[in-house]
Amino acid sequence: MASLLELSDVSLSFRGVTALNALSFAVARGEICALIGPNGAGKSSLLNVINGVYRADAGDIVFDGRRFEAIRPGKAARLGIGRTFQHNALFRRLTVRENVLAGLSRHGGASFIENVFRFGRDRQERRDFSARADRVIAFLGLDAARDRIVSTLSYGIQKRVDLARALVSEPKLLLLDEPMAGMNQDEKTEMSRIIAEVNRAFGTTIVLIEHDVGIVLGLAHHIVVLDYGRKVADGAPDAVRNDPDVIAAYLGTVH
Amino acid sequence: MAFFLETLIAGLFAGLMYGLVAIGFVLIYKASGVFNFAQGAMVFLAALVFVTLVERGVHFWVAFAATSALMVLVAIAIEALVLRPLRNRDPLTLFMATLGLSFVIDGATQFFLGTDVHMLDIGIEDIAQDYGGLFISQFDIIASLIVVALVAVLALVFSKTRMGISLRAVADDTLAAQSIGIRLPVIWRIVWSVAGIVALVAGLLWGARQGVQYSLSLVTLKALPVLIIGGFSSIPGAIVGGLIVGASEALADIYLGPLVNGSVSTWFAYILAVAFLLVRPAGLFGDRDIERV
Repeated sequence: MASLLELSDVSLSFRGVTALNALSFAVARGEICALIGPNGAGKSSLLNVINGVYRADAGDIVFDGRRFEAIRPGKAARLGIGRTFQHNALFRRLTVRENVLAGLSRHGGASFIENVFRFGRDRQERRDFSARADRVIAFLGLDAARDRIVSTLSYGIQKRVDLARALVSEPKLLLLDEPMAGMNQDEKTEMSRIIAEVNRAFGTTIVLIEHDVGIVLGLAHHIVVLDYGRKVADGAPDAVRNDPDVIAAYLGTVH
Repeated sequence: MAFFLETLIAGLFAGLMYGLVAIGFVLIYKASGVFNFAQGAMVFLAALVFVTLVERGVHFWVAFAATSALMVLVAIAIEALVLRPLRNRDPLTLFMATLGLSFVIDGATQFFLGTDVHMLDIGIEDIAQDYGGLFISQFDIIASLIVVALVAVLALVFSKTRMGISLRAVADDTLAAQSIGIRLPVIWRIVWSVAGIVALVAGLLWGARQGVQYSLSLVTLKALPVLIIGGFSSIPGAIVGGLIVGASEALADIYLGPLVNGSVSTWFAYILAVAFLLVRPAGLFGDRDIERV
């Protein structure tokens, strides 16, 4: 099967307000898929469904050949779904390195007792995790900030830490909720380059939400356009750009 | 002057004991976002189980290990029966659940082990000795060394182990912690177990001083001003808050008591806490925006 993630007829509503309406699309293994649409189109809700924060009212989600049942964020993480958050949900009193190390939690096999007394599985894991964290920190150019407390860093750097924390666990699917929100043009270009690089170097499948259509058209292989919880368009960037429905629903209107 | 110093020092020692109780609250507050009203009941349970075992001739350390094991079991049961069914509920709901839990633990403890007051001898003499002109109880000194050692161990576990990183991660952002695969139930079990063992240590030291009885359960009420002053989410805060409460209430008792013809120590800590609430509501070391996700 070529697709890593497949949604069919997924619906979600909050007390009668429809957030997602019979939504179907597939994300192929190894691609960068961008979700775009106006505010309130259901993009973040969709990520939250894929990540198990919300449970869909109806529809099927198949991830990596397995059907989702009553999934929760912890289980999603252990299945290999990593994510970043729109607001930086970092552990702000921890250092950059500790945040990244925390990202490896799903790989930890050692028990609390082993952790505390540093024996058994803990020794091997400690070395292994430390090396993996350092590699990701270097990859994202965070070396200089390694031992800084996250809350003291600039917003743009924090966004990168959020990505590092998700990336370190080598997820099969990486969900990025507005990774470039609040960034200036240079920072956006840099982040976009990093995301493309992650996709290329690790082969990670990426689903991202981004408002800057210019960036999205250059970065994504596949674009899904949402409006009022419905799918308006789905296809390659060039096809989507010229789709009259998309122009009407999103590209042509002012937000 | 020597009298002032002796009063101050005795107050600081008493404060460390308050801090010890407060640490149990802080641990649970950080991980579960709730003021655990049952912490005092856990102190009472641990102390009474321990003293009952020792009275039956069980060796001190065997009794300590057995009681610790019981506190771990209690933690696992609380996670399964109280925390898990109530997860994602409003903190107030959780708080009410711990209030109920305190009655269950107090009731069950007294039902099975009786309501007698037990004397507890943990082998440390409570006799004041002369240290360069100041009379200080040996018990105070050893008790504070135990508290300091406990805090040091906790600090090391929190800062140096991977599990410590997970614990702090949960305290910072619960949803994000879950999203990267940290198992919340495991963290809760561990934290409640550690809080249970801290309760045991507190129960032994308090119990040795004032006898093991139901009133141990009421240390909860004394921990509240300590936490308000120190901040609910900080272990150093719990210790500093304890020291402030202990020292100020001892001094107030001596120097303010005669002016108002009564014991000041019963209410002084609460007045101090109210003053802190007005000036610094998050406490000295607390976070401004603590909220459970």
